[in-house]
Amino acid sequence: MGLGLLASRAMRPLRNSHSSVFLRTIVSKPELQSAESSAAAQAPPEPDLPPRTPVGGARIHFPNPEDAIEVFVDGYPVKIPKGMTVLQACEVAGVDIPRFCYHSRLSIAGNCRMCLVEVEKSPKPVASCAMPALPGMKIKTDTPVAKKAREGVMEFLLMNHPLDCPICDQGGECDLQDQSMAFGSDRGRFTEMKRSVVDKNLGPLVKTVMTRCIQCTRCVRFATEVAGVQDLGMLGRGSGEEIGTYVEKLMTSELSGNVIDICPVGALTSKPFAFKARNWELKGTETIDVTDAVGSNIRIDSRGPEVMRIVPRLNEDINEEWISDKTRFCYDGLKRQRLNDPMIRDADGRFKAVTWRDALAVVAEVALQAKPEEIVGIAGRLSDAESMMALKDLLNRMGSNNVWCEGTGTQPSADLRSGYIMNTTISGLEKADVFLLIGTQPRVEAAMVNARIRKTVRANNAKVAYIGPATDFNYDHQHLGTGPETLTELAEGRHPFCSAISNAKNPVIIVGAGLFEREDKDAIFATVEAIAKKHNVIRPDWNGLNVLLLNAAQAAALDLGLVPESTNSIESAKFVYLMGADDVNLDKLPNDAFVVYQGHHGDRGVYRANIILPASAFSEKEGTYVNTEGCTQQTLPAVPTVGDARDDWKIIRALSEVAGLTLPYDSVGGIRTRIRTVAPNLLNVDEREPATFGPSVKPEVTGKMDTTPFKSAVENFYMTDSITRASKIMAQCSAMLLKK
Amino acid sequence: MLARLAAKRLLEIRQVFRQSPQASRSFSTALNYHIDSPDNNPDLPWEFSEGNKAKVKEILSHYPSNYKQSAVIPLLDLAQQQHGGWLPVSAMNAVAKVIDVAPIRVYEVSTFYSMFNRSKVGKYHLLVCGTTPCMIRGSREIEDALLKHLGVKRNEVTKDGLFSVGEMECMGCCVNAPMITVADYSNGSEGYTYNYYEDVTPKRVVEIVEMLRRGEKLPPGTQNPHRIKCGPEGGNTTLLSEPKPPSCRDLDAC
Ligand code: SF4
Ligand code: FES
Ligand code: FES
Repeated sequence: MGLGLLASRAMRPLRNSHSSVFLRTIVSKPELQSAESSAAAQAPPEPDLPPRTPVGGARIHFPNPEDAIEVFVDGYPVKIPKGMTVLQACEVAGVDIPRFCYHSRLSIAGNCRMCLVEVEKSPKPVASCAMPALPGMKIKTDTPVAKKAREGVMEFLLMNHPLDCPICDQGGECDLQDQSMAFGSDRGRFTEMKRSVVDKNLGPLVKTVMTRCIQCTRCVRFATEVAGVQDLGMLGRGSGEEIGTYVEKLMTSELSGNVIDICPVGALTSKPFAFKARNWELKGTETIDVTDAVGSNIRIDSRGPEVMRIVPRLNEDINEEWISDKTRFCYDGLKRQRLNDPMIRDADGRFKAVTWRDALAVVAEVALQAKPEEIVGIAGRLSDAESMMALKDLLNRMGSNNVWCEGTGTQPSADLRSGYIMNTTISGLEKADVFLLIGTQPRVEAAMVNARIRKTVRANNAKVAYIGPATDFNYDHQHLGTGPETLTELAEGRHPFCSAISNAKNPVIIVGAGLFEREDKDAIFATVEAIAKKHNVIRPDWNGLNVLLLNAAQAAALDLGLVPESTNSIESAKFVYLMGADDVNLDKLPNDAFVVYQGHHGDRGVYRANIILPASAFSEKEGTYVNTEGCTQQTLPAVPTVGDARDDWKIIRALSEVAGLTLPYDSVGGIRTRIRTVAPNLLNVDEREPATFGPSVKPEVTGKMDTTPFKSAVENFYMTDSITRASKIMAQCSAMLLKK
Repeated sequence: MLARLAAKRLLEIRQVFRQSPQASRSFSTALNYHIDSPDNNPDLPWEFSEGNKAKVKEILSHYPSNYKQSAVIPLLDLAQQQHGGWLPVSAMNAVAKVIDVAPIRVYEVSTFYSMFNRSKVGKYHLLVCGTTPCMIRGSREIEDALLKHLGVKRNEVTKDGLFSVGEMECMGCCVNAPMITVADYSNGSEGYTYNYYEDVTPKRVVEIVEMLRRGEKLPPGTQNPHRIKCGPEGGNTTLLSEPKPPSCRDLDAC
C-alpha cells in the first residue's frame, strides 16, 4: 500500500470540513476525539457517486450470478458475490482498508483489529476482514467512529513496538509506519516499559528482530499454509507472546524468503540485504527470473551498477506473489566471478586478457578452418531467444547444424510443441484433482509450480502420486515406484492407482524434463501418452499432459528448433562454441578441439575453454524467454554490464562479420524480425501460446524402455546454474539447509 | 515555572522506572523458547507409560477421529503428571505424535497455559493465588513465608527436589481467600492430587509444608478451624429460623 495513497485516503474526510486543511491533519481536534458529537455536527456525507476504481485491481468473479448481493460502502453501492468479506467489498468499492493480519492469499486470522469499520446498526466497530458482507449492509469507512477505532488500535499496536525506524530495514516500506502516518494519532498514552523479545535464528536468509513483531501471525500462516513447513508458531500469551520455533530450528523451506515480504513490520527482514540500502534509493526494474523454467515475475532493485535485491511481482498466472529463495537471493552471484575481458589461453595454460578485435579474429580464423560437421554450438541454460537465434544462424552459415541447448538431451523432439510445454498451464493446475508426477520433483525443479500443486492439494484434496527416486514433498503423496516398470503397469492398467486417474475429473500428468537426457526417452514418452490416452487425460476441454522443463532457455530453444543433427557430434568436434553452457559433458571431446566459451561467469565451462568472450547476465540485457508453460516474457536491463562484456547476440553478430559471414541483422528489432519467421510466438510478449496439435499426430515409436530407475534432475536446489553457483548466499544455504 | 514542569516530568519518569518491568508476570516458566539441557532435549526418549497408554486411548475416544488434535490439553496434562509435574520437550513431541500434528502446534498450547510447567518443579508444587481477593487478604505474605521457609525463589526447586513455589491466578476460591494449591506429583499420575488449602496464614502454610514433608495427609479445604467449608466463621449468622408462612393466606387450610 503506497504511502501517498494512504495519505490521500486519510485526508479524504476532510473535504467536508470548512476549517483549515493543514490544521486538521496535524492537530487532532476535540470533535474527532468524541465520536458522537462530531457525528451530530457533520452533515450526512454526500455519496460521491462517479464509479471508483477497485483497489489494487481487485477483481470480482461471480461464480453464480444469483448470488450477487448489494452493499453500500460510504453510500456507494457495489455488487459483490455472496461470501465476500466486508473488507473485500470495500476494496471493490475502491476504498482501501488499513490492515496488518489480513492477507488475501492466507487464511483469515482477525487478530490485529486494524481493519475496523463502522457498520450501520452494529453497536461497535467490526473487524472488516473477518466479517462476511450481508445484503444491504451499510459500511462506513471514514466516519469519526472508524477513525477513532483505528487510532485506538494503532495506539495499542505501537505500545510494544520499538521506535527504531532509523535502524530498521523495513523503514520506508513498512506497513506500520505508513498506516500510523495515515491512520494513527499523533500522541499516545503509554508510559510503561516496552517489552523486548529474543531474536530467533531462522537460517541464512531471514533476519529476525522479534521485538518489532506485532503478532499478526502472517508468517505463521504462510509457513503452514503456503510453504508447508510447520515450524513457526505463536508461543506464550498476553504481552509475553512471541513468534518462534520453540526449539532451535532453521526455516528449511524453498519459499522462506516470502515471509520477508508479508511481514508488515521489520520483524522479518532479508539477512543478505540487511543495512545495505534504503528502499527509496533503489531503482526498480520489472523483469523476469531465469534461474528455473517458471519465469517468475520479479523486480530487480538496483542502486547504481549494483543489484541490491530481488523482490517478486504479482502475476496470477505464474508465480502469484511469491518467489523461491533461489530467485530472491541468487543476486550476489551476479557480482562474483564475472568475466570482464576477452581472454585467450596461452601455451602454458593461463588466460591472458586480449582486445575484442584480437579475440574475435582468433575465433573466426579457427572456426573457418574447421570442417562444417566438426563445428558444434551449445546454448546454455540461461540463454535468451535472440542469442540462440543468432547462434543457430551463424552456425548454419558455417555449414553446421549441430546446435542445441543444454538440458534438452541428445535427440530432443521439437516438432510438437505439446511435447515439451506445460499444456495445463500453471494456474490451470488449480483445477486438477489428481496429479501423477513422473520423474520430476517439482519442489526443487520449479518451486512455484510446486506451490501451485500444494495449493491445489490443500484446496481440492487433490491426490498426488509420484514415480521417481525417494524425495521430500511438502504435501501428502503416494510413492508409486522409482522407474519405468511402474509406468508400464499404469499403461497396462495393472496398477492400483489407475482407478484414481480414470475416476478423476481433471487428471494431470507432469513429466520431468530430466527424462530428456535418457536414451529411452521416446519410449518413455510413448508410454506416458498411452497412460494419458487410456485415462482420458487429454480431452477437448482439458489437456492434462505436461512436461515440466528445468531451464529458462529450454522452451525457447525448442521453439526455435535448436536440435542437433547428429547425436554424437561432440566426439568428433574440432570447434565448440559454448554460449554459456556449463553443464554439457565435454569428457568425450577430442583433445585438439578448440573451445570458445562465451558467458558471464567463470564457471565450469571455462575449464576447457581456449578463449573466453565475456557476455552480459540476465539482469543486464533485454532478452526473450519462454517459460515452461509456453508464456513469452522479456527481461529488461536493470544494471550496466560489467567490464568489457557485451550482449550475447551482439558478440555473435560481430563474430559473423569478422568471419565474413555477416548476419543480416544488427539490432534487437532485426533479430526479432528474423525470429518471427521461425517462431512467431516468441514475439507475443506476456502471452501464452498454447500448443496447436496434441500428441495424436506423432509417429509410432519403436524401442523399449530400459529398467534403470529415474534419477533426480536437480541435486542441489540452491545451485543449478552459473549465477547461483557463484553466489555466496546460495552456498551458505546449501551448507546449512541441505545437510541431512 | 519551567523548573516545576521539569521536576514533575522527572517524577513521572522515575515512576516509570521504579516498577521493575516484569516483576508482576506470572508464567510457570519464564522463557517462551527452549534451551537444550541434559535433562531436557529433543533427543531424550519419552513415552507414555503402559498404564497411561490406556488412558491416552480413553482420552482420544472422547473426540472424533478427524479432530484428534482436540485432545492436546488432556494429553499434555497426563504427560505432565507422568513426568513429575513438568513437560520436557520430548514429552511434547510424544504428544504431537499421538495426535498427529506438527510439534510446534503442541508447543503453542503448552506455552500458552501457565499450568503446564516447562521446567522442573518440586514433587509438591505449591501455587499461591495472587489475584485481587487473595492479595487483599495477604497472599503476598503467604508467598514470602513459603519462599523464606523453603529458601528458594519463585519457580525454583528446593535442593531435595521436594518443593517449588509458583504463582496462580484466581482459582475460584476467593470466599476462603487467601489460598494455596498443592499439586502433588510424588506418586506419578496414579496418585496425583491437586488440592486447595484455604484460609491459610503465613504460619499455617509453613505447617502444611512440614506435614507434606513428613508425608502426612491433611484434609484439604479451609484451614480455619472455626469455619465449615465456606460458611462463616463461628457458624451461620443469617436465615437461622424456619421460613414463616405468608401472612396473606393460610397455607395449611388448603
Ligand atoms: S514476525 Fe512479522 S509476519 Fe510474523 S507475526 Fe510478527 S509482524 Fe507478523
Ligand atoms: S486485518 Fe482485520 S483484524 Fe487484522
Ligand atoms: S482470588 Fe484467590 S482464589 Fe480467587
